[in-house]
Amino acid sequence: MFFAGFDEKIANLQAQIHTHETQLNSLKRQLATVEFEAAQSSIQQRPPTYPSTSSASHTAYENHDPHDMSFGFPEDWQAETLAALSASNPPALQRWPLGKEEYKRYGRQLIMPEVGLKGQLALKASKVLIVGAGGLGCPAAAYLAGAGVGTLGLVDGDTVEESNLHRQIMHGTGRVGMGKVNSAIVGLTSLNPNVKYVPHRAHLTAESSLDIVDQYDLVLDCTDNPASRYLISDTCVLLSKPLVSASALRTDGQLMVLNNPPRPPGDSSGGPCYRCVFPKPPPPESVTSCGEGGILGPVVGVMGVLQALEAIKIISSGSLKLGTSDKEMKNHTNGNSAKDSTAQPPSLLMFSAFSPQPFRTIRLRSRKLSCPACSAQATITSETLLSGSLDYVQFCGTTHPVQILNAKERISATEYAAVREEEVVLKEMSFAQPPGHVLVDVREKVQWELAALDGAINIPFSKIASTKVPIKADEMGSKTPNRVGVESEAFWLQELRSLPTDQTMFVVCRLGNDSQLAVRKFKELGLDHDGTRAIKDIQNGLLAWRRDVDTDFPDY
Amino acid sequence: MAAEVDPAEVQTEQEEDVEVIPLTVEFSGGLEMLFADKKVHAIGLPAKTPDGKASNIAFLVDQVCEHLMEDDRKELFIQDDSVRPGILVLINDADWELEGEEKYEVKKGDKIMFVSTLHGG
Ligand SMILES: [Zn+2]
Repeated sequence: MFFAGFDEKIANLQAQIHTHETQLNSLKRQLATVEFEAAQSSIQQRPPTYPSTSSASHTAYENHDPHDMSFGFPEDWQAETLAALSASNPPALQRWPLGKEEYKRYGRQLIMPEVGLKGQLALKASKVLIVGAGGLGCPAAAYLAGAGVGTLGLVDGDTVEESNLHRQIMHGTGRVGMGKVNSAIVGLTSLNPNVKYVPHRAHLTAESSLDIVDQYDLVLDCTDNPASRYLISDTCVLLSKPLVSASALRTDGQLMVLNNPPRPPGDSSGGPCYRCVFPKPPPPESVTSCGEGGILGPVVGVMGVLQALEAIKIISSGSLKLGTSDKEMKNHTNGNSAKDSTAQPPSLLMFSAFSPQPFRTIRLRSRKLSCPACSAQATITSETLLSGSLDYVQFCGTTHPVQILNAKERISATEYAAVREEEVVLKEMSFAQPPGHVLVDVREKVQWELAALDGAINIPFSKIASTKVPIKADEMGSKTPNRVGVESEAFWLQELRSLPTDQTMFVVCRLGNDSQLAVRKFKELGLDHDGTRAIKDIQNGLLAWRRDVDTDFPDY
Repeated sequence: MAAEVDPAEVQTEQEEDVEVIPLTVEFSGGLEMLFADKKVHAIGLPAKTPDGKASNIAFLVDQVCEHLMEDDRKELFIQDDSVRPGILVLINDADWELEGEEKYEVKKGDKIMFVSTLHGG
């Protein structure tokens, strides 16, 4: 077995290899592009000298190592692409519409009537943009790369974190810390080097989105926040691109195909956009992230795979006007017949992993006549987008860290650690019996079971939130406030009421938001006994405890 | 209170012998957390509102908030007297906008679903 030192060295070397591989891939891609351009200009200059059989075509470009697939332009395909570019100069440039390697690689989907040669050529000619290289984007990208889309663009500004790996399957342990887009391209290149991968290593913004999305035929929204979802939808409407949107949280997922068929604003035959379905953004406090709420890997995986499937369905149906290689399509098919009628009526697919009926589809509305993005009265235009007058982040609002308590009601993790230490010392000296304190951990039970501080008691915040504050009893002449209906009081509340009132109560949670709300609620419920008992929030909760007091406390 | 609203229970809040419409109300996308972590609720809704009008979705939302919701944080379900943005209301598996939104008059056996949009990815 290894010593710990070896593991570290191995990880280190792997990380270095991956970094260099990425650089190498990037250089190779640049080289390929330059070579491609050079070849292109030479074709234009001299008459074509293509061999008439595909077996001989190897000689034409044999200066490339046939096993080196990192070019993004393996020779078979390169020959074809060049052939397509010089289509105005017949003779027949190759014997079969796909390269030898492509027949083999895509054989299992080629023999399906849903794809076939026509579908495969459409896939090959297509350019797909995936916004977000996370839990949705990774599986979506894997299946689209596997299926042989021609160009796959990836947008993400984040770096790979360890907590991503259970679901973001294109990244790897050795690539923690690497940009997600670069990391995903390493994984995808190993899966299928014949796809052209285009990195966009920053988050999409109102300023950049039109330029980026314009380079593609279809967009997958694999992001994780409402602001991005509105921005991507608006951009897709303006540029007439269909949008496959998905999201996931905990055990649930949702999927919608929007702006399909992709028609210009004002054309009511186009599919609804995100704003048609959700005209107003949700209040920011109602938006839960995977980091806060949790996510099961296969749940978000299912949704990402379904996005890839919807994209393949749209592309292989031939309904898209693909930006490039129109010539190629015409060479091998009977033209690109617009079959918009194949677009399914707008719907929302809901996946609920633990439900007896895990997949359900509901019918959605069509385009909204008053939609600010896709209707005839649209106010969102390329100009408003580029001018920055649409502030998507502001539109969706942001949550500020909860700040509802005054300084006296809060204590830092370090100060709380000192309180604990002092109690221990006093007890040891034993000439004074301190009243002690009570530590209430308000994380949900499942988190509490992962790790907790010694001596803490657990009262999940959901129980606290669902406890109603009774009507004040002042008018009944009672000196104790809020004690109406004690007999029906929640068990946890009775438990806290039974504690000695000279004990200070400290409240802790994961990050320090819920604990503040809990302190406020405890006071409303009269647990401070009119100020006799101090109730204090531990600022930034266990995050601060780990950071400032006990670095061994598990970080999850 | 009981997690399930017994048709009779809602009825007692109204006049006696009030006609009740049996309905299924379902919560999804995390909204169930506000309703005792229970997704499907069989309820009975009075056929008429207190001012004698046929019960519609607006009245149902009101009653759901009043009788079914266990959480104190009403704002996670209702804002400005209506279902908050980010919640899709589905009437028998169709977007309520296809059915007349709040004004849709509920019928026996209707399945009304409230789905919170998810944003994670
Ligand atoms: Zn719209």
